[in-house]
Amino acid sequence: MKEFDVAIIGAGVSGASVAWQLSKYRLKTALLEKCADVGFGVSKANSGIVHGGFHHSKSTLKARLELQGNLMFEQLQYQLDFPFKRNGILVVAFSEEEMETVRVLFRQGKANGVRNLELCGRDRLLQLEPKLSPDVVGGFYVPNGGTIEPYRYVFALVEGAKKGGVELFTNFKVAESEREGEYWQIKSADGETIRARYVVNAAGLYADEVSKIFGAEEFTITPRKGEEYLLDRHTQASVSKVIFPVPSKVSKGILVIPTVEGTIMIGPTAEMVQDKEDVGTSSDNLHRILTQVKHMISGISVNDVITSFAGMRPTMPGDDFYIDISGKAPHFIQVAGIQSPGLTASPAIGEYVKDLLKKDGLVLVEKDCPKTVLPEFKEIRHMTPEEIDAKFADDPAYAHVVCRCEKISEAEIVEAIRRGHTTLDGIKFYTRSGMGRCQGGFCTEKIIKIICRETGMSPEEVTKRGGESKIIVGELHRGEK
Amino acid sequence: MKRELICISCPIGCHIQAEMTAAGEVEVSGNRCPRGKAYALNELTDPKRMVTSVVACASKELPFVPVRSSAPVSMALIGELLDTLRALEVAPPLASGSVVLSDFKGSGVNIITTRSVKE
Amino acid sequence: MKELNYDVVVIGAGAAGLATAEVTASAGRSTLVIDRDDFAGGVLMQCIHNGFGLHHFKEELTGPEYAERLESAARNAGAEFLLQTTVMDFNLADNENKELLALSPEYGVMRITAKAVMLAMGCRERNRGNIGIPGRRPAGIFTAGLAQRLINMSGLLPGKSAVIIGSGDIGLIMARRLTWSGIPVKAVVEIRPFPSGLTRNIVQCLNDFNIPLYLGHTVSKINGADRVESVEISPLVDGVPDSSRSFTIECDTVLLSAGLIPENELSKRGGVTINMTTGGPLVDAWRMTNIPGVFAGGNVLHVHDLADYASDEAALAGRHILDYLNGKRPGREFPVAAGGNLRYVTPNEYIPGEKTQFFMRSLIVEDDAELIVSLDGQEIMRKKLRFVKPPEMLSVEVPGELTARGGQLSFALNGGGR
Repeated sequence: MKEFDVAIIGAGVSGASVAWQLSKYRLKTALLEKCADVGFGVSKANSGIVHGGFHHSKSTLKARLELQGNLMFEQLQYQLDFPFKRNGILVVAFSEEEMETVRVLFRQGKANGVRNLELCGRDRLLQLEPKLSPDVVGGFYVPNGGTIEPYRYVFALVEGAKKGGVELFTNFKVAESEREGEYWQIKSADGETIRARYVVNAAGLYADEVSKIFGAEEFTITPRKGEEYLLDRHTQASVSKVIFPVPSKVSKGILVIPTVEGTIMIGPTAEMVQDKEDVGTSSDNLHRILTQVKHMISGISVNDVITSFAGMRPTMPGDDFYIDISGKAPHFIQVAGIQSPGLTASPAIGEYVKDLLKKDGLVLVEKDCPKTVLPEFKEIRHMTPEEIDAKFADDPAYAHVVCRCEKISEAEIVEAIRRGHTTLDGIKFYTRSGMGRCQGGFCTEKIIKIICRETGMSPEEVTKRGGESKIIVGELHRGEK
Repeated sequence: MKRELICISCPIGCHIQAEMTAAGEVEVSGNRCPRGKAYALNELTDPKRMVTSVVACASKELPFVPVRSSAPVSMALIGELLDTLRALEVAPPLASGSVVLSDFKGSGVNIITTRSVKE
Repeated sequence: MKELNYDVVVIGAGAAGLATAEVTASAGRSTLVIDRDDFAGGVLMQCIHNGFGLHHFKEELTGPEYAERLESAARNAGAEFLLQTTVMDFNLADNENKELLALSPEYGVMRITAKAVMLAMGCRERNRGNIGIPGRRPAGIFTAGLAQRLINMSGLLPGKSAVIIGSGDIGLIMARRLTWSGIPVKAVVEIRPFPSGLTRNIVQCLNDFNIPLYLGHTVSKINGADRVESVEISPLVDGVPDSSRSFTIECDTVLLSAGLIPENELSKRGGVTINMTTGGPLVDAWRMTNIPGVFAGGNVLHVHDLADYASDEAALAGRHILDYLNGKRPGREFPVAAGGNLRYVTPNEYIPGEKTQFFMRSLIVEDDAELIVSLDGQEIMRKKLRFVKPPEMLSVEVPGELTARGGQLSFALNGGGR
């Protein structure tokens, strides 16, 4: 049976950040993920915003980790190569009453120590973002806010952690645990078993169930659903900065988000639901979102919508992050209730959890780490013709365009597969193939064939996102039955 | 009994009225061409359809080659024809129009390829 | 980096592009046809059913047969082909030399210059996001064209039982194809009160197999976690789904056949002006876009219901490309407008005194309608039409003598006045 110093349950953004931190030490670490690929739970449907540290009071743990995490992304990007851009956030007000809330947030940001905040009048706002509705009254500008590709970020953290010796177990759904001497014995739903001295519960929506499995604290995670809509990159509404309305008590509101890759996302809604897997979207919500964003950016049109999706925020009573050493189960660290601004806070969550493990007796010995862990991988959409031609000389696949909408080469698909992403969604999240306006209508067949060629799988084994999400159920007869 | 038919001989889709008279003659109106009359006659007696499908092909470039019937096939025979095609495997080179199954069940209908496969 | 130079570059080797290439190459103009796929023929190669060619070749053919004839004609005329080649960028501004940047795994990056460019990229299918079907996102949802390609070209079966959303032609053809491949089709659901596809396809693809067609219904929900498990269907009452009469059909596959969108992302990059109604470029009587020397035809211009018409239109564009290369210009042109009961008319301009074929789509379903052509508000021509419906394109040839004086030409449908 495999033995580890630490087992991290859940390879979302929190678990992946912890894994990345621990990979810098002389430790044997296991990262356990119930899905077919990492980041497939809460993280994949994240809005991808690096928040600016003004929404929450510094008295909360989440605000402190958000402020700290925000500052760590350049360093991480240098080491791990993922799409991230500090393109700034605008909070926009459409009345004097809303301006009052803007001033409160502005003062909170200042008190939190956020730098370069700017209160803006109408003219300054329209200069910063000409696509804003001319009805805007004022707002404030947070230059240190940014955008990130959430799945690419999780992929990079896990890949970096793996380079540092962390062992990843996918399709490992924790089902049972038993304390045996120094060790936790952890059994998956499929009967696979490993042992670890410390356990980190970063199970997202299911952190409550995992806590129960280990006999730790009892609490309830309630999912709060958020629907998002993706617009064609040709939309008239392509803004350059993240546009926030003045927030309400329950959420930061419906945003207009320019993704790092040049598309526009609108959303998310915020709706408490019972079923943790209830990730459906509804047409009422689409129309509500459209009405709200059109108020801010009038050029947005329903005809620009190319796809929709929904995700879940794992919320807990008290509304703060719950990151602590368990008082009930030995050597068990809770990382629960990580909702917004969890992605922004994640680099700091990793460090914080590492420190908690140390406090709980784990011996940390640093090892030599390379400066850049993952080499830069450049996509053809970011290359000049000369650069593509140079790459083509070594590998013709760089000049074979598989996804026409997002201009993805066969070389990028193969790279995703070699980095361990063998489901259609995994490849989509890594490369963007199928994320464009045709939504995979033209490239799905080609990608299935490339997966089969590279991995030796049969077409019937290829899935959308693991489990029973098969694309092809059989083949036509070939000759004699 | 008068039957309202929509001619499928070509994409125009003429609305045709057809009736079998007491004398066993078929009266047809609404058609724009002789094919419409022939279609109506067939629909009342032995309806036929063109069959198009694919047949397994031992080729590097194309795993299945498209085929069609050389003439419409009696609807009663189509199920059996499709089963027969499923059991076939052909090999290149194949010119478009190559016969892969001839005179199916004595109907005079051949099954021919509709795409050329070089290797 | 490979540098190439041609008189004419045709982008897209489908029903349209091949027809243009034959015309320009036959006249001795050096012609290059570029296509992204591994073979020429475009979507025709997966349309293994019959129904092609009656108009263009006076003979009924299947898609691949139709495509091979067009391809041989173009090749025999001297057209050259670059397959597996994707045009990445355009510089169309220079009137003498249009510059294209293309990629292929055989030649790498290519810079191609041409005196004239033909846009023949065809169209793409509307997908789930475009039509806004709510619910979860399990595997098992395909556009009809993707399912068609999987089955007909790769022999891969996309499911065990299906519901088809939308009654477009590809969806109807796929209903028969799935049935013949052993995949029962439980229903076709169409939001409009009339079918979107050709009548003959309703007859031979649905009625022959007793597949129910739910007109005026919508799919209100797709259920299933990993793979589709069922769909919920609701009738529309005054345009709103009536949930009290919803019903559920079990299936593991959903096919979408809800319309096509001309694929003009490249055109837009090149500065071509797009008609907001058709999604295709605005063109004059020559099928020339706002950029001199850049032409368009086939489904990239407006979605045709017959491949034959796409080929004809592209061949016409080809003849005007020759005019253009020979130094001719269309001269003064006048605008064309769609009037009552018509969604659009193409081309968008005409040359006074020249016989012109116009294509248009109706907004209404009507037996015994009349098409009225007016010049500056004055009726110049009237044509009786036996059956009029949105899925079937209408066309009319207006003789040159009727338009000799110029002015705004408008077309309108009159529902028979009853």
